Amino acid sequence: MAASKENMNDKDIQVILGTLLRAGVIISMTIVLIGGIIFLIHQNGVITDYKVFKPELAGFSSISAIFKGLLTFHGDAIVQFGILMLIFTPVARIVFAIFSFLIEKDYLYVLIGLIILSIITISLNGGLAH
Amino acid sequence: MSVLLFTIIVLLGAFLAGLLGSLTGLGGGVIIIPLLTLALGVDIHYAIGASIVSVIATSSGSAAAYVKEGITNIRIGMFLEIATTVGAICGAIVAVYLNANYIAIIFGCILIFSAIMTLKKKVDHTTLDDTDRWAKFFKLNGSYPDKGTDHPYAVKHVPAGFLMMLFAGTLSGLLGIGSGALKVIAMDNIMRLPFKVSTTTSNFMMGVTAAASAIVYLHRGQIDPGIAMPVCIGVLTGATVGSKVLLKAKTDKLKIVFAVVVTFLALQMIYKGISGL
Repeated sequence: MAASKENMNDKDIQVILGTLLRAGVIISMTIVLIGGIIFLIHQNGVITDYKVFKPELAGFSSISAIFKGLLTFHGDAIVQFGILMLIFTPVARIVFAIFSFLIEKDYLYVLIGLIILSIITISLNGGLAH
Repeated sequence: MSVLLFTIIVLLGAFLAGLLGSLTGLGGGVIIIPLLTLALGVDIHYAIGASIVSVIATSSGSAAAYVKEGITNIRIGMFLEIATTVGAICGAIVAVYLNANYIAIIFGCILIFSAIMTLKKKVDHTTLDDTDRWAKFFKLNGSYPDKGTDHPYAVKHVPAGFLMMLFAGTLSGLLGIGSGALKVIAMDNIMRLPFKVSTTTSNFMMGVTAAASAIVYLHRGQIDPGIAMPVCIGVLTGATVGSKVLLKAKTDKLKIVFAVVVTFLALQMIYKGISGL
């Protein structure tokens, strides 16, 4: 009885997890597409140059810069916002998993989820990039 | 080259990369990076940033389907994600100190290795021997449904698999790829998981692993909207079409052709890297 109840929970979690991932991908890619179209309309004719990596020219390379750019309705900022949402889709999946393991009272995996989350939080520290 | 023309070329190339990546099981990232660097002369740092974004898109998209079927072992995935995320961040940090030529050479070697791995006949190492202490403690043993019946399996050599995942994560972060070939080695050969479980679980882990290094890349300015946009849309579309075709087509001969093409690309990257040193 206990085993079958656990399986039911696992199954529900799997369905919700799957839906969460799919929704995240669809929403973020739609934003990227919309941003891309705006970007192309405004940038048409400009010569591209990606031959040499120039990090100092990157406009929207932090979360706060992306949000600021979003307010000005820049196409490239909207693309970056979509990409940011895409990056946070698997992170949201971890957060959801932590809650579902909490409901299952599987505290070992709540801890593992929190460890992964803190590792990702470390990567949010912009200082690591330079 | 105008922005519009560049976008269209990259979009088509990325679609092709996604399609081939999904048909061969290599993944879109390992094909889009040589396309961008060799054919369009894009700096490898930008190519890596765009590729890692496409890895998140394709892996999350297909993980959605696998997770619902109940084949993915979420516990194994999360347990090993500790190793892959730590590795991914280390890889992404190291990448900034490495000359682009060295990255190209390492990339070429991994590409050849992955191509060989897709051709190798898979040997089933599945075991029911559930005596591994680590596997018991972390509740990694499980079962997966196939054609209406449940197939139980046990996990072996957890610490060795964990270490291999640390390595796979580092390469993923360094090169902007999913490094599926290495993950599958760790899970099939070392931890003795059934193919279905290892491939779907590896795919499940890729999203979080790539997200960890993508954040570092974003802060460094390696994710440029002008490249990342056509790359992730193209690769995702190509991979989606590929997964539909895959169900119908016989891919054995295709795999050999692609492996030759990929090896050629890899040798070009190594040559370019060495001559640039």
